[in-house]
Amino acid sequence: MEFIYYFGDVFSPLSFLLLLGGTIGGLILGATPGLSPTMAVALLIPFTFHLEAVQGLILLGAAYTSTVAGGAVSAILLKIPGAPANIATTLDGHKMAKQGQGAKALQLSFLASAAGGIFGVLLLIFLTPLLAEWALAFGPSHLFWLAILGVTVIGSLDSASVVKGLLSGCIGLWLATIGFDDIMGAQRFIFHPSLGGGINIIAALIGLFAIPQVLTMFAKGRRTEGAEVIEVQKHSVLDATRELLRRPRALGIGTITGSVIGLIPGVGGQIAGLVAYDQTKKFSSEKEKFGKGHSEGVIAAEAANNAMVGPSLVPLLTLSIPGSPTAAVLLGGLLIHGIFPGSDLFDNHPDVAWTFINSMLVGQVLMCLFGLYVAGLAARVAQVPQSVMAAIVLALSVFGAYSVQSSMGDVYVMACLGIGMYFLERFGFSAAPLVLGLILGPIAEANFIQGGMIADATVGKASYFLSGGLNIFLIAVVVASVAYSAWMELRTRRYTTKEEAQA
Amino acid sequence: MNRSQHILGSGLVFAVGIWVAWVSYTQQPAEAFLFPRLIASVFVVLAGWTFGKAVMGLSKVGSGISRTMFLNMVPGLAVMLVYVFWAAKALGFYTATAIGFFILLSLYDPAPHSEGKTWLRRALITAVFVAVMYGLFAKLLSVYTPREILF
Repeated sequence: MEFIYYFGDVFSPLSFLLLLGGTIGGLILGATPGLSPTMAVALLIPFTFHLEAVQGLILLGAAYTSTVAGGAVSAILLKIPGAPANIATTLDGHKMAKQGQGAKALQLSFLASAAGGIFGVLLLIFLTPLLAEWALAFGPSHLFWLAILGVTVIGSLDSASVVKGLLSGCIGLWLATIGFDDIMGAQRFIFHPSLGGGINIIAALIGLFAIPQVLTMFAKGRRTEGAEVIEVQKHSVLDATRELLRRPRALGIGTITGSVIGLIPGVGGQIAGLVAYDQTKKFSSEKEKFGKGHSEGVIAAEAANNAMVGPSLVPLLTLSIPGSPTAAVLLGGLLIHGIFPGSDLFDNHPDVAWTFINSMLVGQVLMCLFGLYVAGLAARVAQVPQSVMAAIVLALSVFGAYSVQSSMGDVYVMACLGIGMYFLERFGFSAAPLVLGLILGPIAEANFIQGGMIADATVGKASYFLSGGLNIFLIAVVVASVAYSAWMELRTRRYTTKEEAQA
Repeated sequence: MNRSQHILGSGLVFAVGIWVAWVSYTQQPAEAFLFPRLIASVFVVLAGWTFGKAVMGLSKVGSGISRTMFLNMVPGLAVMLVYVFWAAKALGFYTATAIGFFILLSLYDPAPHSEGKTWLRRALITAVFVAVMYGLFAKLLSVYTPREILF
């Protein structure tokens, strides 16, 4: 119950103001198609340099929570999911809006998001310290395998192609080695003066997540946006609350599915929403209403995608394994303030850890309260032409990358990585494992070197890294995640081929 | 449609992989390249596999870039490259941002170019945006950016 001691810190004037700003800004950004939560959080990181670690994390956490919920606004009113996590919301949400129940759908989505989100953060509160204690038993070999696990799990589960996902992770791990070696001081892969200090994580994050979006918007050309906002008529919040309480099954399935999926590293909100929607439909007595504007579809999808936010931070805050790409960006936000996840975070910076987690709890309530009022404005923002959005994101990326350490080199690195990532994405590579490789690379290398030294003085490298219960367990999870993803990929291919053959 | 694109893309990645492996295994001191060697070995194998699949026409994931997409993107990409690699430093961040923003808006805004009102709106949006960026970065965050001409 340590978290209660730090609850008051959330309400210090600056922290609360940042929480409020992050929540409202996140709702608006989330509603904007093309601006993913990951990109929104990455673009916000430069603004946290001038803040205390805890205040910076509050801002990032609020943006993470509310961008996921804000995505429902454009999903319901425009039929364009603000983020991949809101895909399932469009199925019934937009139909409800077309039937004149837009306000009701929005209210249900925010209420369900808050309910799911609060449950998810409570899981985060109670599971994190237990896992952090457990993490104390980890030695260098285990930490090395954990870092590799983080890259391979996201590489294999988050990508359409297992090989390309793992290759993306390898590219990220290689990028992390650029610069001067920590132990020998040797130069590694410095083929341009801008790379002398290595690749700055924040500049890389901005480039890898923002620039591909900018180029995607450019690639659409001078297209007139066809999306039309459906007008929202008034609806009583009390009635929406009653409706939510009348659908405990959808709320329960959504919340539990989202929480469980959030705990699995690499499985994002998109899957949480779709699985919850599917399960709720299976167990519903009104199956035939799904897809035609049924409130249960909205409740399940939104409860799930916000319930996964808290649990996705459990492996991040305890084992340094981000549960989602956005959590990976948050890890970057932690590291730039010199804070390392795990027992260090809870033993040496409990004020930072608990105030951040508590702020996410308060943020869920604020998100629900403001969501209902900001929804109309957010829907208007979602109509901003892509030309304006692309130019804004590009300028923010340049200023954000430069402000990291006032270096043009970081701007060049940001642009090069971003342009390269756009083309790689077009060929099936994925940014998330690449970022994970970049972030976890130094952790993997430090523990590989440290473990190697211990091994040389004791049992030898092979025995040190490949034996012992925990090492074998971690290696087994790495192998299992790759094998499972490869099997799923093969199965999908086979089905696709069969369908193609029949067509 | 995009077999040659897949070959080109995965070929470039494979070439980078070979270069990384070559540097890792040839540069000294060897101790500093222990971890890069480990990565490079996996990198080369995976990149070789991907390239081989592309050559055999078995690459299924990734839709490549169509001609229309590429032609749409080229003007924006060119403006972006000039803005990032030359104008931002040579003209100063705010001047370059104002010019770059206005050009991008003009290139991709679906509103008709023939109307004076459209140009006025674009200029107004640019001015407001640059003012917000100036307030945010120069005043609020005190980030000192290169300022070569104007401000």
